[in-house]
Amino acid sequence: MFEILLYIALFLITVAMFGLIYRVIKGPTTPDRVVALDALGITLVAVIAILSIILRTNAFLDIILLIGILAFIGTVAFSKYLEKGEVIENDSNL
Amino acid sequence: MSLLHLAIISPLILALFIPLVHKTVSKIHTGWFLLPLPVALFAYFLSFLGDAIGGQAIMETLAWIPSLGIDFSVRVDGLGLLFALLITGIGSLVVLYSIYYLSMEKEKLNQFYVYLLLFMGAMLGVVLSDNFIVLYAFWELTSFSSFLLIGYWNHRERSRYGAQKSMLITVFGGLAMLGGIILLYLMTGTFSISATVAMAGDIVGHSLFIPALICILLGAFTKSAQFPFHIWLPDAMEAPTPVSAYLHSATMVKAGIYLVARLTPVFAFEGLWIWLVGGIGLLTLFWGSFSAVKHTDLKGILAYSTISQLGLIMSLLGVGAAALHFPEMEDGYFAVAVTAAVFHLINHATFKGSLFMVVGIVDHETGTRDIRRLGGLMTVMPITFTLALIGSFSMAGLPPFNGFLSKEMFFTGMLRAQEIGLFNMESFGLLFPVVAWVASVFTFLYSMIIVFKTFTGKFQPEKLEVKPHEAPIGMLISPVILVSLVVIIGLFPNLVAPLIESVMASILPPLLAAGHDFDVHIYHWHGLSPELFMTIGVILAGILLYKFMPKWAGIYNRMPEKFSLNSFYDKGLENIQRGAAKITDAYMTGSIRSYLLYIFTFFILSLGITLFLKDAFVLDMSHVAEIRAYELVLAVITAVAAISVLLAKSRLSAIILLGAVGYSVSLFYVVFRAPDLALTQLVIETVSVALFLLAFYHLPKLGKNIEDTRFKAGNLIISIGVGAIVTLIALSAHSSKMFDSISQYYIENTYKKAAGENMVNVTLVDFRGFDTLFEITVLGIAALGIYSLIKLRMTRGREQ
Repeated sequence: MFEILLYIALFLITVAMFGLIYRVIKGPTTPDRVVALDALGITLVAVIAILSIILRTNAFLDIILLIGILAFIGTVAFSKYLEKGEVIENDSNL
Repeated sequence: MSLLHLAIISPLILALFIPLVHKTVSKIHTGWFLLPLPVALFAYFLSFLGDAIGGQAIMETLAWIPSLGIDFSVRVDGLGLLFALLITGIGSLVVLYSIYYLSMEKEKLNQFYVYLLLFMGAMLGVVLSDNFIVLYAFWELTSFSSFLLIGYWNHRERSRYGAQKSMLITVFGGLAMLGGIILLYLMTGTFSISATVAMAGDIVGHSLFIPALICILLGAFTKSAQFPFHIWLPDAMEAPTPVSAYLHSATMVKAGIYLVARLTPVFAFEGLWIWLVGGIGLLTLFWGSFSAVKHTDLKGILAYSTISQLGLIMSLLGVGAAALHFPEMEDGYFAVAVTAAVFHLINHATFKGSLFMVVGIVDHETGTRDIRRLGGLMTVMPITFTLALIGSFSMAGLPPFNGFLSKEMFFTGMLRAQEIGLFNMESFGLLFPVVAWVASVFTFLYSMIIVFKTFTGKFQPEKLEVKPHEAPIGMLISPVILVSLVVIIGLFPNLVAPLIESVMASILPPLLAAGHDFDVHIYHWHGLSPELFMTIGVILAGILLYKFMPKWAGIYNRMPEKFSLNSFYDKGLENIQRGAAKITDAYMTGSIRSYLLYIFTFFILSLGITLFLKDAFVLDMSHVAEIRAYELVLAVITAVAAISVLLAKSRLSAIILLGAVGYSVSLFYVVFRAPDLALTQLVIETVSVALFLLAFYHLPKLGKNIEDTRFKAGNLIISIGVGAIVTLIALSAHSSKMFDSISQYYIENTYKKAAGENMVNVTLVDFRGFDTLFEITVLGIAALGIYSLIKLRMTRGREQ
């Protein structure tokens, strides 16, 4: 019963992921894609969490934390790039 | 190392000290320091004469590479000794001549004598070594030193051209010869020449026998300037005259003759050998004498005359080889051709050497070698005229000089050639004496041209650059000695008969074994034989042709230059270069795209054809695990993202999609339970997406046309092909697992032996830590590389 629930959740998340991928591909603007990518990262967290329950292991919990951090950093970097044109600013005075 | 070995390499050793001597003793001509060596060697080799005539061969061996059967073994028998005497004897005379010929102030004498010594040592090595590989090594050394000597005046374009031409042709032949040597080795299992000769009967009919024969003959023909490889010799006349006299008349060009003579007992049982050696020799004889007439440069005439005389010797060796087929014939019936060959070999070395020296004197004293500007030098240079007269008359085959005797014997050999009852000789055999006779007429003709156009006629001092006068006495010594030999051998030919007998014993050992013994007697008068009438005919026809030369010489101009062998060589060389350039330009476009195309096409073809030919495709579904729903979904996501990368309209979307692919792959790692891989993949993917963005930003403004990837059908086919091939191979590989995995050991021992629970990490740092070390190194190098790329470019920009 619980297992079926998990699969249903996985399916729903997958549907959500397809929606997000559609947004990533389609656009129409780059910010759209970045937001979709960020959300894709968070759905990935959910997928991994459910998978670890299905696989009965806690070996993947590190990955969940990592995706959280990376999605944040990635989105910030992207945003900065879109805003300023570069990710790491050059201290040209030095 | 025996004294004999030392004698062979002594010129090479002396060559080391020549530059030193030249530098320290600059007052004395360097040649004087050289002269004692060939004289001493000549005396040393004379001491072997008794043994050689007695039929004894002296053998000395020095281990060089024993594991490969390559030893520096030296064997002195009649044939080797004859050549060694020629090399050292004429070598001494040439060194003496060059002392007076080459100026001490103007010439780079140290180079000249080093090259000459190298050549002398190499040539001694060729004729005396009993090991094929050693012979080949010395053979190439003669090619190289000849190259250096021809290009001695390397500021002249013609010298460089001649040197290159001779190098290309002789090295081509040398390599072919090496091939023949290796084929012989495959048949006999030994590099020893004497052992090969002893085994000759066993290898006839072997499938490699004919290829070996042809390869060896290629080597001999290129070196001895036989048709059609004779074209390098006339261009080699750009060398200083002592070099031409030594290398290109007396010694090096006879190396091919030596090789043919040396291997006659091995190959002569094959009819092809007689045909090739005899036929090509005859063709060369005719072509050389015919071409010599049209030249106006004295050295050009002599070059073609050398070619023709070498052809004569070669054809005699070919006919003489027939003697081995008829051991029951009376003594020396066909073997007389070999006698003639050896005798003419000696004669040619004497008169041709002296003629070259004479031409050198004329050139030295008048400033030209062109017969159109020379004439009437008889009274100015009487001694030189006498020398030229005797040399040329001997070359033309007039009594009482030695050339007459060898020419008579040559006719005898050729007349007997048509009686060889083998290989269609009954019908073709008549060609031999006829061609030989015609060639002799032309030989007579150009011999007369050399003497009479140079020394008689009108004296034209206004056309000469320097005031002509008789040569210094030192320059005349060497040709005088050679010409006296011409006369002495001419008058008393039986002085050299014992030497000829011993040489024949080395060329035709099977006959010796069959109980023959060579009894050489050379007579001036041997009755009213057909040979005598042929000689009279040659003289009459020659005189007629000489008298009416202006009438008929026009036929030489009729022959278009386009079809000459020289233009064939020049055009061929040019076309090879142009063709190679064209091919390289065609495939080396400089575009990475086309190189990738080649790589991938090769990849598809090689693997696809292997898969097809070896019938290697297997599909076995029994090991395949069950497909779960989320794996399928994940695969679809990855595939959609990957295909979208290709269809992406902008670069930015492509980067983002690539990131999506990477993240999906990390999800695969989760699904297939690889937490460490998933962790790493996520981090790396993020970093690389960031790097892509960085690169994307730095694309130049100009031409930043954000267009979609252009569609090319070829690319599509190749990419699908690569994908299909890899898929097929992966399927086959998975379907045909032959052994169980070795991972059971790691599962059992990760904790027990390595004190860890994470098996991936224990493998990385413990069981297989070496790989990790070097992957760390790779990362370190990459980091340093990036740092230096950025830093160095920045500093260069600042300097500018």
